[in-house]
Amino acid sequence: MDIRSQISMVFHLDKCIGCHTCSVACKNIWTDRKGAEYMWWNNVETKPGTGYPTKWEDQSIYKGGWEKTDDGIALKGAGKQKGLLNIFHNPNMPMIDDYYEPFTYKYLDLIEAPAGDDQPTARPVSLITGKPIDIKMGPNWDDDLSGTQDYARNDPNLKNLSLAEQEAMFQLERMAFFYLPRICNHCLNPACVASCPSGAIYKRGEDGVVLINQNVCRAWRMCVTACPYKKSYYNWNTGKSEKCILCYPRIEAGLAPACMHSCVGRIRYLGVILYDADRIHEVASASDKDLIDKHMNILMNPFDPEVIASAKKNGIADSTIHAAQNSPTYKFVKKWKLALPLHAEFRTLPMLFYVPPLLPVMASLKEVNQSKQNEKLNPIAKVWDDNWLYDTSTEELWGTIAQARFPLKYLASLFSAGDEEKVKERLKKLMAVRIYRRFKTVGDIPEKKAHDVLKDVGYTPEMADEVYCLTSLAKFDDRFVIPAAHREQAIEMLEFTGDKKGSTGFGFKEETMERGL
Amino acid sequence: MTFNNFLFVALPYIAIITFVIGSIQRYRATGFKVSSLSSQFLEGRKLYFGSMAFHWGILAVFMGHLITFLFPTATLAWNSNPVRLIVLEVMAFTFGLSILIGLTGLFLRRLSTPRIKMVTNRMDLIIELLLLSQVVLGCWIALGYRWGASWFASDLSPYLWSIVKLNPQIEAVSAMPPVIRTHIVGAFVIIGMIPFTRLMHFLVAPFHYIFRPLQLVMWTWDRRRVRDPKTVWTVHRPKNN
Ligand code: SF4
Ligand code: SF4
Repeated sequence: MDIRSQISMVFHLDKCIGCHTCSVACKNIWTDRKGAEYMWWNNVETKPGTGYPTKWEDQSIYKGGWEKTDDGIALKGAGKQKGLLNIFHNPNMPMIDDYYEPFTYKYLDLIEAPAGDDQPTARPVSLITGKPIDIKMGPNWDDDLSGTQDYARNDPNLKNLSLAEQEAMFQLERMAFFYLPRICNHCLNPACVASCPSGAIYKRGEDGVVLINQNVCRAWRMCVTACPYKKSYYNWNTGKSEKCILCYPRIEAGLAPACMHSCVGRIRYLGVILYDADRIHEVASASDKDLIDKHMNILMNPFDPEVIASAKKNGIADSTIHAAQNSPTYKFVKKWKLALPLHAEFRTLPMLFYVPPLLPVMASLKEVNQSKQNEKLNPIAKVWDDNWLYDTSTEELWGTIAQARFPLKYLASLFSAGDEEKVKERLKKLMAVRIYRRFKTVGDIPEKKAHDVLKDVGYTPEMADEVYCLTSLAKFDDRFVIPAAHREQAIEMLEFTGDKKGSTGFGFKEETMERGL
Repeated sequence: MTFNNFLFVALPYIAIITFVIGSIQRYRATGFKVSSLSSQFLEGRKLYFGSMAFHWGILAVFMGHLITFLFPTATLAWNSNPVRLIVLEVMAFTFGLSILIGLTGLFLRRLSTPRIKMVTNRMDLIIELLLLSQVVLGCWIALGYRWGASWFASDLSPYLWSIVKLNPQIEAVSAMPPVIRTHIVGAFVIIGMIPFTRLMHFLVAPFHYIFRPLQLVMWTWDRRRVRDPKTVWTVHRPKNN
């Protein structure tokens, strides 16, 4: 056992309102620079949709992530052989147009245009060439299912669905969607690190943050291909790749990353998880159907004395172990088994977990006669003449699945490597907690029924209350349990302290180390 | 003779010294800028043909020159059989043509693609033009002064070695036809210019990738290591930032 600590995240998808505040917070801090305009280290996609960059999930195009071989795993589109042979031209690299060409508007023309017969306009200009362009695509071009024909219908996750299922999904009155916020997963088996010919990318031992050393990166572009989540971006201006740094300067200071701090829906949780580094290879090369279970098993119980002893032996600070015991991610992922990794089949062992969205699945559509209801309305109220009822009542634990608007198969392809049972299990738990809370607050559900559904999913009432609290009431310090960075020791990161010992007062002045980007 | 002295004695030493000191200084002072500065992200199709043809071609031709320079007798021995000599010459010429075609493509791409123009500076164009003329001369020599693989080994290799041994012997080169002399001068000019151009990237070619483990974990303050009594007390400076 080789216990290490990892800062890991949980995003609760039912709570995301798709406001993009997270993306803007990140953009303003980190990527508001020349060459980085097109980068969104944090982006929020509408699902179903093709995402950013277009169709990033389709590894037959981009060749990202690992694939299983006879004796383990190998990088799909990079690695020692493929990487070095393709160094002069990388055939699997997304291009600027797969993201979008960044643009701005010539606002000055609005005030400076000479007087004339026409209204002055602010033409769009490319942020690369500075020339006028016709905008073909922009960030979140397909937000909220806009352009469904071109985007949502081309979602790579639909390929496992039958044609009839797809048709059903896109019937106008059944249409449903949810938001998928994405950042770098700070994986345990990062493909980006493995693919970098220069060795510029590394995982920090202390907290598992994956970083690109900008001084060592030489623009070989392999990480852009290798990261299956397309979270390593190439800066065409500096000739360096960049990626989410999990706001490590903030984390070291005990603050939540900007995207999480600003999250309006409070969907984001961050905490320490202890894992067993000895088993990474074994887990990453598991068969598709064991992947999720093994991924969960590599995350260790921070209360287990053996784990604690091994953690201490590895020099993990007591404060970090304590943080791991209070970690909201540990609770969501291991204790309550509510969260799942995104696309585990890419085998990078992502450390960002998602609580799958219940709402689009649960809601059912019924045809009912609404004339009675309509009669009661005020004469000036808008009256709909269709008879559809969008029903989100939660009386049955799993009764509405037949009428559910969102195929489970779709969610399974995102969150559980295709295993519908795993997603179903999590959704049932979410539903059970809802029914239980409805019994407590509204009281129109009998007590026995509320307890029965909890038993069904293996929760005690206390657990259900805990889930409820952390989901709905949690304050800042409950959502972000950040271990102390021990700056009193971390001064070593910045300065020599060792040469003070035994020095006589003469010597060379040591410059402070350069840090960060 | 003095002019020849300048071209074949002074210039090579200036070039080599500039190359060595300049590269080290550039790496130390603005190491951040030492990058291949790939523009594939902005334009890929034209780059594919240009970059592949150019890079593989120049790798082969460069290795050819290097081997002939380092092992002249072995090269001569190999060339003693006319069939082998012809094979070598044909191969070298093909690679030369490949550089020529690739480089021309790359040069035109730089001039004609609006996006690529944004990441082009004057030095990029100068060095591409220099390389281009060097390749044209090279191909001309290969065609006009046949069996270069042999006369390089017998005439030029000793000259280059004499430079290395700090005892320049320039009689043989001074007597070469003007095209070949220009090619030699061009080579030294390019070597001397490397620190000031994007060519720097070949010095950081990532061969160490072959030998390193795939995953890289770095500790800023590895408590396990520091606490281990077997760890020698040294000033331990973090390498990662
Ligand atoms: S998500 Fe991509 S960039 Fe981030 S650690 Fe994993 S492989 Fe690397
Ligand atoms: S800020 Fe939060 S709620 Fe808003 S889009 Fe981002 S993740 Fe969703």
